[in-house]
Amino acid sequence: MKDKDNNIFYAVWNLFASIKLAIVVLLLLAVTSIVGTVVPQEADKAIEFLADVAGENNAPAIYNLFVTLDFIDMYHSWWFKLLLVLFSVNLLVCSLDKLPRIWHIIQTPVHPLGEQAIKNLQVSREIKIKGSLQEVKDGFLNNLKAGRYIPLEATDAGSVQFYSQKGRYTRLGVYVVHLSILLIFVGALVGFQFGFDGQLNLPEGTTSSSVYTFDGERIDLDFLIRCNWYETTYYKESFRPQEFESELVIIEDGKEVMRKIVEVNDPLTYKGITFYQANYGSALQFYPNINFYQSNYGKIPVGLGEFILKVAPAGGQEQAVRLKFGEAFDIPGTGIKATVVDFSPALGRDPRSGNLYTFDDQMLNPAVAIEIKEEGKNAYTGWFLKRDPGTWIIPGGHKIEFVEFWGLEYTGLQVSKDPGVWIIYLACIIMTLGLYVAFFMSHKRIWIMLLNEKNSVRVLAGGSATKNRLAFEQEIESILSKTSEAVEGRSRK
Amino acid sequence: MSSSNFYNISNLLYFIAMAAYISYVGFKTRGIALAASGITIAGFISHTLSMAVRWADSHVFWVSAVPTSGTVEALLRSAPLRNLFESLNFFVWALIAFHLIIEFKYKNRSLGAFVLPVAALALAFIDVSGMSKEIEPLVPALQSNWLLFHVFLSFIGYAAFGVSFGAAVAYLITVTESRNEKPYIFGSIVIGIFLVVLIAMGIDFLTLTASQRGELLQSYFLKATFKNSSGLIAVASYIISLAFVAAVWRFGLGLKKVLEGLALNKNTLDEITYKSIAVGFPLFTIGGVIMGAIWANSAWGTYWSWDPKETWSLITWFVYAVYLHARLVAGWKGKKAAILSIIGFVAVIFTYLGVNLVLSGLHSYGSS
Ligand code: HEM
Repeated sequence: MKDKDNNIFYAVWNLFASIKLAIVVLLLLAVTSIVGTVVPQEADKAIEFLADVAGENNAPAIYNLFVTLDFIDMYHSWWFKLLLVLFSVNLLVCSLDKLPRIWHIIQTPVHPLGEQAIKNLQVSREIKIKGSLQEVKDGFLNNLKAGRYIPLEATDAGSVQFYSQKGRYTRLGVYVVHLSILLIFVGALVGFQFGFDGQLNLPEGTTSSSVYTFDGERIDLDFLIRCNWYETTYYKESFRPQEFESELVIIEDGKEVMRKIVEVNDPLTYKGITFYQANYGSALQFYPNINFYQSNYGKIPVGLGEFILKVAPAGGQEQAVRLKFGEAFDIPGTGIKATVVDFSPALGRDPRSGNLYTFDDQMLNPAVAIEIKEEGKNAYTGWFLKRDPGTWIIPGGHKIEFVEFWGLEYTGLQVSKDPGVWIIYLACIIMTLGLYVAFFMSHKRIWIMLLNEKNSVRVLAGGSATKNRLAFEQEIESILSKTSEAVEGRSRK
Repeated sequence: MSSSNFYNISNLLYFIAMAAYISYVGFKTRGIALAASGITIAGFISHTLSMAVRWADSHVFWVSAVPTSGTVEALLRSAPLRNLFESLNFFVWALIAFHLIIEFKYKNRSLGAFVLPVAALALAFIDVSGMSKEIEPLVPALQSNWLLFHVFLSFIGYAAFGVSFGAAVAYLITVTESRNEKPYIFGSIVIGIFLVVLIAMGIDFLTLTASQRGELLQSYFLKATFKNSSGLIAVASYIISLAFVAAVWRFGLGLKKVLEGLALNKNTLDEITYKSIAVGFPLFTIGGVIMGAIWANSAWGTYWSWDPKETWSLITWFVYAVYLHARLVAGWKGKKAAILSIIGFVAVIFTYLGVNLVLSGLHSYGSS
């Protein structure tokens, strides 16, 4: 009975220890992964795709088949996970199976070899060096040490042998790589168990205490997060975005504890939760009861948002001004009174008629129209463009800089908590080191037998290396030629 | 001189060098071989200069657009790895660099006849796909050092894989005795399809340019031939392609006669195939997979989202992992290994170009 159990155990063990299974599983993973890159992984897109490929009539049937086969959310399906589990078990068992033998090789000291055995090694050379045995011995000792070998010595009748090995632990590199792969799975599981992915759309100036996952589940934070402002900046004289950024503030117990301008590739992390700049948009959807003023340049919300200006009399001190649509301000010390009378998110000039118009509803080229009244003079209205400092100076040299129309945009944040990511990063570092060792370092063993002859020494050298045999051959040749040069006082050639 | 002058000169030299390498395989004259190497080196120098000048130009552009950025940041953000054209261009550069190293190391000039065509295919692809060669501002997602290292290392890895592909093809031709051997059939079909797609894209490019419609070439992919609105042309395209692939299969073995008696030893080819993968695999793992994941995490908050581009790079990684295990552990050598290496490079090409052209990926290069 016990034997039988053992047999089954060994059969299973051997199955999972086999490299053939690994090749099959890896190829299966590769082939099945393709399915998910071809079939869109969202229901509505998948239906559209199938209608495109197979025709409207067949699409529903194929779609149902695909749902049964889990092709639509493939990478999370039970069978794909099963493949990943198979792969991990395979990797683990295979490594454990080989490890004792490798460990044994690592632990085994090198022994002196006979003449024939040296000749049969992976690399072997034979030369003659003129000189005494002692001189040749000293020569090899020096050069082996210079090559970072620690040579051992064995003496026999009429012959001396040096033998040595280095880099034996590099044989473990492979296992380090395998371990790191398993560690990645561990990290992914930890992230899956203890983390979440969510999103948060925060209008400028608002605060939130929770975020929503992509399944619509609400997650409460134990702090508050506020968006001070959001802004898209553009490359000069173009509408190509240069950066999307928002200023975020973390508030805990009524106090501000952190403030950061996040941009793409530079998120904010607080208490293990990270906020990434993901998108942006008009905040109007968040204020359904707002009233609008309809102008020639679009709809301007009334009571929502503030115009931020920087105002300075000619040569005088600059001063920030915040005001609502329709409100007036003055430029200190000039007697000028000005009122915000219109706004366009994207002011452009029609090249044909020369008229100004709004060419987009995104804030591509925000401009504000301001009516300016100087005591005793006629009022006039001018446009001030955020992106064009040339429009900021008014007659008399006074400045009205349009900074922004604040409060109309929201910042879209991707929010995630992934405690497993550190395990992943650790695994990546381990894998990098392991790969380096596995591919670029080698376990080298070397034997040099010196046979004393009349006035000369016959040298039999050989060795083996786990990697890069060519370089190893050169290494042995260089030890030989350096030694014979040193002993004979001239080049061997 | 401008970057594009140097670029055009290098292209021309590479094509001449390719012809020289191929005729060296034919005539086996030492003079031709030396000339081929010399021309390649000259092309490489010109190519290097074109990239240097382009870097300097982008730097001027970046500094004027973002005067607030620091010295190092400005240099990194203007490194010529910023869009599809620049990355492919770098691929060719790295491929030639590898080729020169191998030529020098193995003292063997025949491999040029197989590696330079890979470079030429990539250059032809650049022109045929009509991709933009302009210096463009970087969109925010691409302003990342991780992305830069990711692209840099991946492409060196891809270039190593490109060499292994060239060597594997040469190997297959050398060892094949008859056209009916499966590995040969497989290899000739793969190469036939490469060429068919390239030619079809060339036809797309020509017809789209001729019709002067403002359509994006990417959305026009294969519409002049296989996906033509006229069913007749579509069917004809398939038939002609089939005939073309058959011709590649039929006449490909002709190269064998030319190869015979050359210094191209089949064991050397097998070894070069393996060695290049042994160099490419760690680079691709670290640069392509790991740094890509780190970048994704810093930009989007997930290191892995099964986006088609990511998935295809994983597929590529699996295929080369299979190659290494099959060869080192299961002891596969020769033809079977060569086939795996060809499949690996098909996966590379698909990861890099196919995903953008054929699948609708989210990946940033695709949309820019
Ligand atoms: C994609 C996942 C894998 C990667 C990246 C990987 C990586 C490696 C690397 C880099 C080597 C060293 C190759 C060399 O000697 O140059 C290696 C060897 C090896 N791998 Fe994997 N491996 C993977 C999956 C597996 C699996 C699933 C198995 C399970 C059977 C396995 C079994 C082995 C064995 C037996 C060796 C040879 C060890 C030796 O030479 O002593 N590997 N692997």
